[in-house]
Amino acid sequence: MKIISRTLMGAGALATIAGCASMSDARYVQQAAEVLRASFKESGQATLDRLTQDQPQAVCSVELDKKPPVAELERMEKAQQALLKYPADGKLLGDWREGEKIAQSGVGKQFSDNPTSPAGGNCYACHQMSPAEISFGTIGPPLLGYGKLRGNSEAMQRYTYGKIYNPQAFTACSNMPRFGHNGILTEQQIKHVTALLLDPDSPVNK
Amino acid sequence: MKVRTWPALAALALACACTGAMAQSGADTIKKIEEYRQALASGNPAELWEARGEDLWKKKAGPKGASLETCDLGKGPGRVSGAYAELPKFFADAGQVMDLEARLVHCRMNIQGLSQAEARARPFGNGNQRSDNEALVAFITAESRGVKMNVALDHPKLRESYELGKKMFYFRGGPHDFSCATCHSETGKRIRLQDLPNLTETKDAQRAYTTWPAYRVSQGELRTFQWRLFDCFRQQRFPALEFTSEASIALTTFLARNANGAEFNAPAIKR
Repeated sequence: MKIISRTLMGAGALATIAGCASMSDARYVQQAAEVLRASFKESGQATLDRLTQDQPQAVCSVELDKKPPVAELERMEKAQQALLKYPADGKLLGDWREGEKIAQSGVGKQFSDNPTSPAGGNCYACHQMSPAEISFGTIGPPLLGYGKLRGNSEAMQRYTYGKIYNPQAFTACSNMPRFGHNGILTEQQIKHVTALLLDPDSPVNK
Repeated sequence: MKVRTWPALAALALACACTGAMAQSGADTIKKIEEYRQALASGNPAELWEARGEDLWKKKAGPKGASLETCDLGKGPGRVSGAYAELPKFFADAGQVMDLEARLVHCRMNIQGLSQAEARARPFGNGNQRSDNEALVAFITAESRGVKMNVALDHPKLRESYELGKKMFYFRGGPHDFSCATCHSETGKRIRLQDLPNLTETKDAQRAYTTWPAYRVSQGELRTFQWRLFDCFRQQRFPALEFTSEASIALTTFLARNANGAEFNAPAIKR
């Protein structure tokens, strides 16, 4: 008797768990956000509002195989595209030498960083770029020969500038930071990095 | 032992010197570093922390003048051997899930009579400013060396902690949109030349978790798992993770549980 009732209870509990899987999932998401907010303290420039997610951050906080359907991702990309800001002077290419320095620098926005120093792009942390730099990461695709392969048309300049400014305008839930949109790099810095990728004289394209 | 160390160092220097020669040398360097690590392992400076930790565990201290030898790390009062391989756990006397470092704070307050501020002071050392927490953790974790990780999600609160930790692992935030998963959810990736464990894959997750705490050669310090999480979040551009906070314990539960079945092998030595 005892065994039977326990089995029934177990089956009932299982059915309840299966029925509420998505509901409890949503509850954990909300609870995790609340616990995170209670578990950090402000330090230097890293304030607690960094734990408040915008829409793409919230939607993309999932396992790789749980990303939203394609139609939703495309809708998100359009929404981010509408927020792209291009330089008022219409010039998109800066100095590739400055771009290389920005690509090398990994400082910026950490609570241990000096908030008055300019942030770097830290491109080499994830991408292969100039052939001379062999200490490159592999989270992002290699960019060696980026401009050589794609040319230096105005359309390509706009795409490249926009991609650095906000990669999620082109690939929703991309791992890459939204350097312009989130104010990590200035307009001038993004111009320099665009030049590093597209200028025919840049080592990336040699 | 020392005699063995120097040739290994020389080999490492050689390996580093010709890194640029060809693509293959990256793999060679990793192999040499692994050899260097093995050569050092039997003379790991972490032993200094372990010895100091054992003294701190046995020494009468605090307003109550008591040692920590009656502290229950989950296997009964004073039982240290194998305890770390089963943490985090739900502790009924505290009514919450605790990792080792939270449990040590609890014992230092309740057994030795320290205030919460005193028990949580200086979790991570820096040169001459040594951390009692790091020493105690070194001693206690060493007592689980060779023991199979066995975190049982045997309490609803522990199960909840695991599920919350999993959600936190994927939580994107800050100016860079980073989550733990940004760097730790694909196999074979690296930042610059640093290999990244894929913590969503069993083998990598096991190897990563079972080699913390570790003596960090680059810092000359022994670092605990609380430190590991704290410094990951710093690089994620998040605010400062509070020592033994609920989120830090939830993430530890998630990662420790995913290492179940693997032999614990720390304090280790890392770059």
